[in-house]
Amino acid sequence: MAVVYQKSKGLTDKETHYCPGCTHGIIHKLVAEVLEELGVLGDTIGVAPVGCSVLAYDYFNCDMHEASHGRAPAVATGIKRVLPDKVVFTYQGDGDLASIGTAEIVHVAHRGEKITTIFVNNAIYGMTGGQMAPTTLIGQRATTAPLGRTVEHSGMPLRVSEMLATIDGAAFVERVAVDTPANIRKAKKAIKEAFQCQLDGKGFSIVEVLSTCPTNWGMTPIDALKWLNDNLIPYYPMGNFRRPGEVK
Amino acid sequence: MAKVLMKGNEAIGAAAIKAGCKYFFGYPITPQNELPEYMSKEMPKVGGVFLQAESEVAAINMVYGAAGAGARVMTSSSSPGIALKQEGITYIAGAELPCVIVNIVRGGPGLGGIQPAQSDYNQVTRGGGNGDYKLLVYAPANLQEMVDLMQEAFDAADYYRNPVMMVGDGMIGQMMEPIEFKESVSRFELPLKDWATTGTKGQRKPNIINSLALDPAELEKHNIHLQEKYSAMKENEVKYEAYNLENAEVVIVAYGTTSRIVRNAIIDLKEQGINVGLIRPITLWPFPEKAFDLIPSDCKAVLSVEMSMGQMIDDIKIAVNGRYPVHFYGRSGGMIPTPEGVMNKVKELVGGAK
Repeated sequence: MAVVYQKSKGLTDKETHYCPGCTHGIIHKLVAEVLEELGVLGDTIGVAPVGCSVLAYDYFNCDMHEASHGRAPAVATGIKRVLPDKVVFTYQGDGDLASIGTAEIVHVAHRGEKITTIFVNNAIYGMTGGQMAPTTLIGQRATTAPLGRTVEHSGMPLRVSEMLATIDGAAFVERVAVDTPANIRKAKKAIKEAFQCQLDGKGFSIVEVLSTCPTNWGMTPIDALKWLNDNLIPYYPMGNFRRPGEVK
Repeated sequence: MAKVLMKGNEAIGAAAIKAGCKYFFGYPITPQNELPEYMSKEMPKVGGVFLQAESEVAAINMVYGAAGAGARVMTSSSSPGIALKQEGITYIAGAELPCVIVNIVRGGPGLGGIQPAQSDYNQVTRGGGNGDYKLLVYAPANLQEMVDLMQEAFDAADYYRNPVMMVGDGMIGQMMEPIEFKESVSRFELPLKDWATTGTKGQRKPNIINSLALDPAELEKHNIHLQEKYSAMKENEVKYEAYNLENAEVVIVAYGTTSRIVRNAIIDLKEQGINVGLIRPITLWPFPEKAFDLIPSDCKAVLSVEMSMGQMIDDIKIAVNGRYPVHFYGRSGGMIPTPEGVMNKVKELVGGAK
């Protein structure tokens, strides 16, 4: 019998700790498949963040380095400068990347560091129990914004991809979502293009993946996917912001 | 090899490159700027990499990544910058990676000043960051000693898989002295870095660099393992110099450039009939506790002389363990103790000039 589907060699057999309905599993799978399809799994070093995906080092079947909160791009820089021929990626959430790690993500892009960042944006701090993130939407409730985020108190949510797309060293910037099978396919395509950008030595590449957090959003997994579609995508439009060769 | 005249910060860079350091991640801060500047010029010549990071925090995390990838790597900074690096240093210690960190100490607290100080003693010997960890800390008194210790610093870091700190007060960084770059043979048998994240090549299980252990029993086990390593360092890595301890009425404890000022005071005091000894810690951690057993039993007092408000004095009291009264003399904020100041304090302790 022909095998029509099997688990990627890019993932270990370790059972993940993610909540039911969390989309980290899908995103892990996409990254793993891309690394396998590009034939670079044995030449890849991944950098895990602090946050829900802190244990990603147990799930990706390649060499992994666990960074401190927000510093994954700096750690990845150190690795890449020592091993310029290897593939280096960071996997970071929105608390990690868009809050405590803004300096590191801006400057990894500014230097045009030849690494790839998978930025999982679910508009909330997941691991610590649902606190407000810079990406939390106006009106969205969080444990540190019990009445919902307001502009007056916390400003408008930060659009990371748009910001990074203004930096010359960021060669590839795209925002995708994993709420529908069609969007998941588009997400994989973007992730592959981002890693290809690194392999071609074009500069820094990042894919922002709009993701869900049913647990801390207080929704069923299906409602969470719908909420993503109805609320996150309108504020965080999907699409490519930058490709190698483009002059903006 | 012939002697060359070099500025301290540049000599540190030259010694590090000679010791096989290939990667340097830094950030500007006075009074250590000549070191990254030197590295930016010299690293490319040896096929290495110099990179100016966006912050001290980023620089130490670049070191964390590079060390994890198996490189000989170094960073440098000065006191407030080292405070920022503490986040990365505790991760590096927790994940058991080797690196060398240079701290050219300036006065504090806060932004403090840019003149020489030794007020980072606690910051460098008490861990500095969170958790139970230690750094091997060298505090040379002159540039030749600094250069001689650099090879050992990198070797010890690799051998113990632990960050090593080289501490110089601002004077060590800024002064010029003649230096001889000697050939040295490592006293360590260095293990292969088979733990490094260099890509599996599909031929081994993934290597993971990590300092997280959610299971308390596992974390305690890790801490016990680290402690065993620190015990081995205490056993094997203590360095100090004992000078003129025989018949000493007073024993001064001083390190770094302060010890050179104290030495002048000791010579002058001897001419005045007062016999004073010196214990000079070369490793601040592990602290040379056993050196205090060499103090003559009729010694009247032990005196800590520091360019701080008194930090090493705590370790001295632990080492003295009640055997002698312990006193303090220090200047701070970038003010430098004078031989006269030290002599006056000693005379006060022995009850005036003889």
